[in-house]
Amino acid sequence: MAGKVILEMRGIVKRFPGVVANDHIDFDLREGEIHALLGENGAGKTTLMNILYGIHQPDEGEILIDGRPVKLRSPRDAIALGIGMVHQHFKLVEKHTVAENVALGYARRVFKPLEDVKGKILEYGERYGLRVDPDAYVWQLSAGEKQRVEIIKALFAGARILILDEPTSVLTPQESEELFHIVKKMREDGKSIIFITHKLREVMEVGDRATVLRKGKKVATLEVSKTNPRELARLMVGREVLFEIERPEKEIGEVVLRVEDLWVLNDKGLPAVRGVSFEIRKGEIFGIAGVAGNGQRELVEALTGLRRVEKGRIILMGRDVTNADPGTLFALGVSHIPEERIKMGIVPNLTVMENMILKMEWRQPFRKGLFLDFDTIQSYSEERVREFDIYTPSVRVPARTLSGGNIQKLILAREISVSPKVIIAAHPTYGLDVAATEYIRNRLAKEAAGGAAIFLISEELDEIFQLSDRFAVMFNGEFMGVVRPGELTREEVGLMMMGKRLEEVRGGA
Amino acid sequence: MNVQILNFIIYQAMKSGTPLLLATLGEIYAERAGILNLGIEGMMAFGAVVGFGVAYTTGNPWLGLLLGALAGALISLIHAFFSISLRVNQVVSGLALVILGLGIHSVMGKPYVGQKLSNTITGIISPSLAQIPVVGSIIVQDPIAFLGLALSVVLWYVLFKTKYGIILRSVGENPAAADALGINVYKVRYLATIFGGLMAGLAGAYLSIIFRPSWTEGITAGMGWIAIALTIFSLWNPIHALWASYFFGAISASQYLLQGKGIPVDILGMMPYIFTLVIVVIASLAQLKKRIGAPEALAVPYVRGQS
Repeated sequence: MAGKVILEMRGIVKRFPGVVANDHIDFDLREGEIHALLGENGAGKTTLMNILYGIHQPDEGEILIDGRPVKLRSPRDAIALGIGMVHQHFKLVEKHTVAENVALGYARRVFKPLEDVKGKILEYGERYGLRVDPDAYVWQLSAGEKQRVEIIKALFAGARILILDEPTSVLTPQESEELFHIVKKMREDGKSIIFITHKLREVMEVGDRATVLRKGKKVATLEVSKTNPRELARLMVGREVLFEIERPEKEIGEVVLRVEDLWVLNDKGLPAVRGVSFEIRKGEIFGIAGVAGNGQRELVEALTGLRRVEKGRIILMGRDVTNADPGTLFALGVSHIPEERIKMGIVPNLTVMENMILKMEWRQPFRKGLFLDFDTIQSYSEERVREFDIYTPSVRVPARTLSGGNIQKLILAREISVSPKVIIAAHPTYGLDVAATEYIRNRLAKEAAGGAAIFLISEELDEIFQLSDRFAVMFNGEFMGVVRPGELTREEVGLMMMGKRLEEVRGGA
Repeated sequence: MNVQILNFIIYQAMKSGTPLLLATLGEIYAERAGILNLGIEGMMAFGAVVGFGVAYTTGNPWLGLLLGALAGALISLIHAFFSISLRVNQVVSGLALVILGLGIHSVMGKPYVGQKLSNTITGIISPSLAQIPVVGSIIVQDPIAFLGLALSVVLWYVLFKTKYGIILRSVGENPAAADALGINVYKVRYLATIFGGLMAGLAGAYLSIIFRPSWTEGITAGMGWIAIALTIFSLWNPIHALWASYFFGAISASQYLLQGKGIPVDILGMMPYIFTLVIVVIASLAQLKKRIGAPEALAVPYVRGQS
């Protein structure tokens, strides 16, 4: 099926201050193949592809297209050579129609620009299954449809090599399936696709070949049909990976947090959380699954006192804490592991030890009269650093110098060490490597066993399935149903993520 | 109400509405590209004084209009440079432009105070147009009013029906999306800002050469601020700007009509400004701003690779 080699990257080296992001990487792509580029965050996948797309210049190495060496100084050069890239964050004008978004770059005529592109949009829709209404406004589209518009734009630019950067991260399971079909159809048409991912299941499902990167180095390139997820995981992480976490024995106790008919507005003043009710018990992990942007953020902000509750009540240990401020909630035992760990979780320019006692600086034993007791703070922080296995040269360096996983551990250490009654964890492992992810999941399970009630929001269904005792699927500000892991299949949960209620899903089965 | 009075109102509405219309059309294009230019009042004042000076000295009102417009474009470059290239807060830069423009207009205008233009512009367009009922007479008498009317339609068409319109609107909504497709965001924003200055300058020159062909200091009398309100009031749409400007023109004109009917003149004189205040207050409620469709990237500087 796969034809001749059309792209070759040889000995690519890219250094950034302090790190070698790509260390002599070889990569090749054949005509009509889907080549999965697999690796953890920070393995150098995106850097390598940014070099191919002309965003970064390599320090060493060469790139050959159709056997001829090429220089890619900017995305414009890459596009001219038939390379297209679909980024994780869509670059679309929400208020405009699909056709207007395409015409922005590809209408040839000044007048009637939309007529220029509509026919071809429909044609691509037919040929590759990239179905999308050219007259629909982008803000009306689902994430999957927006992604199709981005792919269509790349095709308009004449792409024969298409780079998809973590394309399923924003999709429901069903939408991912559709994307796989589209990608396979494009392959049949002779296009070559580079599929960046860190999910093994996807590699097995669509990849013809896979190249595995680890810590900036190429580990292997193999035929997908001749490998298995376990081997891929071992190559990716560098050791055997257990796909399971320890789940300590635990008891589910009394209700700690009760939420009744909660209504919260989003930034635009529209209802984002619409009449949600639930309760979490001592020792329980309550998960929220759903595609981002369905009210999860607003729900978390309401629970942590960062956003006003319009209607409904939040009751913590029998006490009404609706619209209490964040400080009060923290004092009452609500810990928060925020979604944006650098923006909200730490103060990047303060040191590790200062970050370790944020929100507690007025508490004993961290202060001496009006002043901070830095000796105590330092010894406390050093203890936490050891306990949570945080990799840092000292507790006196600015927190921003830590890697993402270590920043997350720092936040976790601060929030957990106060023995909270409730832990609100929003996307706690998002973007972390396998080791840090394992650590954080195990730690959350342990805290629940220790008696904390945990509210967990995640887009990773695996995480929800693995950790939670019960979980709700959130769509458009409402719960589509609350179930236990194992009660429904992945596909059924996917249907709920797209707005089907539990009764409908069960009724249809 | 007899036909004569109706005709008079329409005539006055178009006459007083034209400078507002010209300035508003320019601001609509600038804001559609994401540049908030609060400096209209200053650009108009500068255009007015340059226009009057040139017309007075050369005796050629057309040259006055042309150079008045170019003066507006020139001074708008300051705002463009500060807000696009240096990414300064656009409100601050725009207000500075008002102060600068008004200052220059006072200083440059000193020798002209009380002077009248001997030559002004009257009808030059074919007399057959005068046959059109009601608006015919003004079209003939005032080619710039006619230009404003025609430009509203043309600018509406360009904005919503052509490729350039898509580019302009996209740059104001999501500059990163436009940049990714190879569109030069900075160039588009510079051109839109300069066009806004050109129109404001023309509006100012119209005031001092045609509307009131004599020089008084403070000739713009807050019209630049009304234009900003009209930009919002017309929902960034040139066709809406047309009737909205004439509506404001009619309010201004009504003071002449209602004089001597028991309502104090000063109250009537206040009306356009009260309307302006109300619109601006309503529109500055951030939530409403999103709902009425303000360009998403309005007043947000663009830096490649951020957001």
